[in-house]
Amino acid sequence: MEIGLNHYLILSTILFAIGLVGVMRRKNLLLLFFATEILLNSVNIAFAAISHYYGDLTGQMFAFFVIAIAASEIAVGLGLLIVWYKRHGNIDLESMTSMRG
Amino acid sequence: MEKYLYIALFAPLVSSMFSALFTNTPKKQFVGIIASLLIFSAFVSSSILLTHILDGGSIVHVEMMTWMATGNLYIPFGFVVDQISVTMMMVVTLVSTIVHIYSIGYMDHDKGFNRFFAWLSAFVFSMMILVMSDNFAGLFIGWEGVGLCSWGLIGFWFHKEVATWAANEAFIMNRIADLGMLIGIFLIYWNTGSLQYDIAFAAMPALDTATLTWMGIFLFIGAMGKSAQFPLHTWLADAMEGPTPVSALIHAATMVTAGVYLVIRSNELYDLIPHVGLFIASLGAFVALFAASMALVNRDMKRIIAYSTLSQLGYMFAAAGLGAYWVALFHLMAHAFFKALLFLGAGNVMHAMHDELDPFKMGGLKKVMKGTWIMMTIASLALAGIFPFAGFFSKDTILEAAFAEHHMVIYGVLLFTAGLTAFYSFRLVALIFHGEERYKIFGIHPHEAYKFMLIAMSPLLFLAMIAGIFQTPFFEMVEEILGATEYHIHSHATLLIMLVGTQMFVGLAILYAYKKYASWSSVPDGSSVIENSFIYKLLYNQYYIPYGYEEYIVKPYNELSAALWEVDKKVVDASVDGIAGLFYSAGENTRDMQSGNLSTMLKWMVAGTVVLLSLAVVFGLAARYSGEIMSILSGLGV
Amino acid sequence: MFEAVAFYLFAFLTIAMFFITVTTSQALYALSALAAGMIFISAFFFILGADFLGAVQIIVYTGAVMALYAFGMMFFDTTREVKEKKGNKFIIVGLATLCAVMIVAIFAAPIVSNNMLSLYPALEGAGNTQTVGLVLFTKYLIPFEVAAIMLLVAMVAGIVLAGKKMDLSLTLLNAEEIEKMDEEINKKVLS
Repeated sequence: MEIGLNHYLILSTILFAIGLVGVMRRKNLLLLFFATEILLNSVNIAFAAISHYYGDLTGQMFAFFVIAIAASEIAVGLGLLIVWYKRHGNIDLESMTSMRG
Repeated sequence: MEKYLYIALFAPLVSSMFSALFTNTPKKQFVGIIASLLIFSAFVSSSILLTHILDGGSIVHVEMMTWMATGNLYIPFGFVVDQISVTMMMVVTLVSTIVHIYSIGYMDHDKGFNRFFAWLSAFVFSMMILVMSDNFAGLFIGWEGVGLCSWGLIGFWFHKEVATWAANEAFIMNRIADLGMLIGIFLIYWNTGSLQYDIAFAAMPALDTATLTWMGIFLFIGAMGKSAQFPLHTWLADAMEGPTPVSALIHAATMVTAGVYLVIRSNELYDLIPHVGLFIASLGAFVALFAASMALVNRDMKRIIAYSTLSQLGYMFAAAGLGAYWVALFHLMAHAFFKALLFLGAGNVMHAMHDELDPFKMGGLKKVMKGTWIMMTIASLALAGIFPFAGFFSKDTILEAAFAEHHMVIYGVLLFTAGLTAFYSFRLVALIFHGEERYKIFGIHPHEAYKFMLIAMSPLLFLAMIAGIFQTPFFEMVEEILGATEYHIHSHATLLIMLVGTQMFVGLAILYAYKKYASWSSVPDGSSVIENSFIYKLLYNQYYIPYGYEEYIVKPYNELSAALWEVDKKVVDASVDGIAGLFYSAGENTRDMQSGNLSTMLKWMVAGTVVLLSLAVVFGLAARYSGEIMSILSGLGV
Repeated sequence: MFEAVAFYLFAFLTIAMFFITVTTSQALYALSALAAGMIFISAFFFILGADFLGAVQIIVYTGAVMALYAFGMMFFDTTREVKEKKGNKFIIVGLATLCAVMIVAIFAAPIVSNNMLSLYPALEGAGNTQTVGLVLFTKYLIPFEVAAIMLLVAMVAGIVLAGKKMDLSLTLLNAEEIEKMDEEINKKVLS
């Protein structure tokens, strides 16, 4: 059976949805970051697939930069998380509601 | 010559602005002095312009700048100095200068000294705009300006409720009349396409009589309000609540003559509609008699003089209505002089009597206030029309005009009123200055006014005596634009009988007044026979007209306003508050969205993304299948 | 045919791994499943002929990022079970599904899929790595440099946030002060 672009796109979408579920569901901040990683990866698959099927390298370039950005984001995010943990002793989302409107 | 025009026009404005800087500070003498000096400079400029015009110089016409230039409407800020306006300018600036100087002394102990001069100079400025403007729009601006300033000046002592009430009455009555005037101005613009005097009047002969009649009527309604003709006359007597210099300036010489000025300025219009002119003349004659009758029994000194003003205004309108415009203008000028003098003299008496106004409570003041006595007597003689004072020349010319035009009823009414005028004027003078000193009962110690005040009043005295000389040069000056109608009675014999007869009638009235009142000894307290007679009560209560206005117009209107206020509160305010409340509650309810909980906010984010995506799908589908959608909708008949 | 087999196999595995990541209550399982998922995604890249990208995925993501997360997990002591508050499952799953369906619909629509244009066609004869290098260092040079700076900044930020005694700088002190500091520390240790 011929694997077309649509297959990859559907796969990417399913993974994106799983990531969304994780983002909405998780209450522990670290696990929330895991779900964010899933989101980014699903997008990378989509980019690479489109790049392959249209013979265009722009998709792969984008995927590179996404990976670079994701890495730096994790570094800074974990750093902030450490500071918060030192101050409050836990990283539970429910306790971080000081920004109420 | 233009610079004199601008000086005359703007010096009062500068004076007003300067005095306005000090309104919140205690009395400063120099404010009055500088204000008087500035108005005096306006007077000097007006005199220079007068000599220019008298020497046969050309009319000075300037256009300062454009006010409105929209579509076909072109209204500039333009000013013209021709024979009519220069006369008015002279009168206004002369009386204003004298009143300003007088006020320095009169308002000596008043806390609002500076504020007074601000309002007074602002009034002079508005009046100058009124008389110098070269189009109806500028006239209207000045018209409203004098109305406003007279409100401020009548209600100058605003802590007295009577004064504020009188000020409001004056302003509101003027506004009612202004509606008529506005309609007249609209009609003029609509039919002639311009509000400039020259253009509008040139286009008028081409219009039909009905339009012209309406124009004339509506303009005259405006004049009725400003010049207090019946039925919009009640404000003038009540306006005496203001300080006496105000009465002298506004209600003798300037503001109330604005209506006469309007009619004189529109003489080309009124020449085309003589039936309206006849109506004006009749109304004028009626008002003259009406006001004189009320002055016969009044016990308020300033009110008597106010009714006298009203009566003389009737004379002026009678003259203007009969087509004798130059006579009306001449009488306006002469009247300004002796009426202002009367008011200022009354101011002296008031000050001396500690603001007592009832002449029955005065008496024998000629011993203490010689200067004022002489001035008021001569002013009253001028008012009565005794030869050779100013009033003789102007009033008698009006009588001649009425007689020559064969309007015998008007002539008779005006003649009878002349007698009444003489009677009540000298009733006043006799009660105040002659007879026993009734004021001693009340423990008042009168003294003459400051010397400089008397000196300031002396030019008016002088002019009241000799202004008759100016009649011929005046006539020659204005005959060009006001119609060279001299009134010739057929035979010299008739003329002589008329003149002598009038003088005798007036003289008899004066003597009768003296006989009755010069030796008055008691203060009437409402119990004598005369005081309880019907006619006395009728006249004393001003024919019950103010009472009628109060009961049948003011009170119902008040109730209507109260009812509508309820509607305003319940409908308008409620809806505005409702809308505000709506927003507020919407905000309160959506506030919970900002819970600070990251998880919840992430859920909202995904929800928002879903909404946007669905919008994209819907619009994409609509764009893709737009043809089919349009055919379906047109099938449904949309 | 092989391509189809590989695709479906790896697709299934990836979905399963990521599903475990988001649903399990044990943090360690989540971490491991995430790492596995990353590897399988790199398999996709290789199938698609993006060799360089696949290699980068393994090195950066599975290697560096996962190591970071592992360290973080040790720090936060989340090897225990995490307590999860109950959210409304239906809203969450429903929203996510709706979102996914709509994105698929948008992308699968004939208009969108037929109108995609290619801007940088691949060169014949060159392998993927060379092609990537060519494009990266010519057309995408500036984003490359900017990304480098951004990584530097992130690194500095990470150090500053997580480091201890960051206000003390040894290079700015002279020798005597360093000796004094050492003695104090020794005293504290020995006493």
